Amino acid sequence: MERVIFYTLALIMIVFAIASVTSRKMLRSVIYLLFVLCGIAGIYFLIDYNFLAAIQLTVYAGGIIVLIIFSVLLVHHIEMELEIAKTSKQILTAVTCLIGLGVFLTTIFSHDFNVVENSMTTTTTEIGTKLLSYGEGGFILPFEVISVLLLAAMIGAIIIAKGKKLTDKKTI
Amino acid sequence: MIRALSITKSIHDWLYSTMSDNMAYFVEMVLIALVYLTIFAVAGLFLVLIERRVAAWFQLRIGPNRVGFQGLLQTMADALKLLSKELTGTEKADKFLYNLAPYFVIITALMALAVIPFTQDFHAFDINIGLLFLIAISSIGVIGILLGGWSSNNKFALIGAMRSGVQTISYELSIGLSLLTMVLITGTLQVSEIVEVQKNGWLIVQGHIPAIIAFMIYMIAGTAETNRAPFDMAEAESELGAGFHTEYSGMKFAYFFLAEFINMFIIAAIATTVFFGAWLSPFGITESIPILGVFWFLAKAMILVFLMMWFRWTFPRLRVDQLLTLEWKYLLPINLMNIVIMALIVWQNLIIQF
Repeated sequence: MERVIFYTLALIMIVFAIASVTSRKMLRSVIYLLFVLCGIAGIYFLIDYNFLAAIQLTVYAGGIIVLIIFSVLLVHHIEMELEIAKTSKQILTAVTCLIGLGVFLTTIFSHDFNVVENSMTTTTTEIGTKLLSYGEGGFILPFEVISVLLLAAMIGAIIIAKGKKLTDKKTI
Repeated sequence: MIRALSITKSIHDWLYSTMSDNMAYFVEMVLIALVYLTIFAVAGLFLVLIERRVAAWFQLRIGPNRVGFQGLLQTMADALKLLSKELTGTEKADKFLYNLAPYFVIITALMALAVIPFTQDFHAFDINIGLLFLIAISSIGVIGILLGGWSSNNKFALIGAMRSGVQTISYELSIGLSLLTMVLITGTLQVSEIVEVQKNGWLIVQGHIPAIIAFMIYMIAGTAETNRAPFDMAEAESELGAGFHTEYSGMKFAYFFLAEFINMFIIAAIATTVFFGAWLSPFGITESIPILGVFWFLAKAMILVFLMMWFRWTFPRLRVDQLLTLEWKYLLPINLMNIVIMALIVWQNLIIQF
């Protein structure tokens, strides 16, 4: 049963990933991308890592895709189509993709992966404790660094959005 | 003790005894899907009727009372009429996305229904991240509205979709944070354990002042999240025609319409689960009869649904800037303060337990 679900999900992801880069309508390729991301969330659910699956849905499907859709709605008209890239560019991209795929495949096949016998569901309690512990194997430093980075990004966004108003006030 | 839905257990055993494991698993999934689709349809139609009767009551009218007893079959007749209608569409619309959009809204509403505990046994999907899953799912529903608005190739629909997007992205924060406040008490995200914690008193009593503030914020944000008045900017009739679903007709319109009502029910059901003890009876008076759990759950949810209808027919609609001011300048800071207060209360063990 799990094998069937896995191959179905994999097929969905590959088909929609290809559709996403070949579609000439911008919003359609965004939606295909959304299906790919939902497929990844499905894989996480399949390996019983519910927390990451929910995060995948919230951050990627619910956050980033909505933001992309938003910007498409603002700038794109329904009758516009993306232009086809030059043949030389297409070939270059294809070669780069093939090299990348080759590197991935050789890395994956040159290592043995052990099947974990007793798989355990990671609970949010464990994740939370690990994130905030400063002992061995704790993630408090990256956690704090990321929060500072996000704060800086937020302040930067506000300053860019308010840019003109801020400078105007200073001159007065 | 009488198990509430021991019938599910016997069906489960019977399926596994007659078929191979995989087949039985598959048949079970199909059966559960059918049950939830039925709940979806019946609850949606019933809620539409309730809304119309409540609206009539507020406006000193009678409302639909001709078809069936007290108009019970009115919305069924409406649905049949919508089924028989022609599905029109605009010529220059993006047909694929136009047809896809209603399903986003419907599927997310259905997935959210699966996490809600109607009774101890009637609970389809009890994962260890229940509440987070609900928040994640509810953030996807807005994509359907955005797509529907854009692909209709209609100015009103586009404006409606944009407004709805802004509104949902903003108010999702409040919903998430107010639920998080309650998670501080329960210490778990799993829905069944959240209900378990409330056997010592409903969370709104356990958490007293911050819990009540969180509940108020949750109801405000929930009303906004479902695009209902006074936050119905997305489909403000007097400004935008019908907003994002202007171009939809027949059954596709009905999908949006039903999903809106089901979403309202889901918001009420989450509030029931997190603040009012889900299927637990008040003071444990019917604890020995678990089958009454459904009754208590639906009664509490219906009271909250009535509250939301009351909002709709009482308050005038907000402007877009007022809407955003309310969220970002009032609800969000209050919410953050509230989380800190709740953390202090849980830390000092000031919660009220019976």
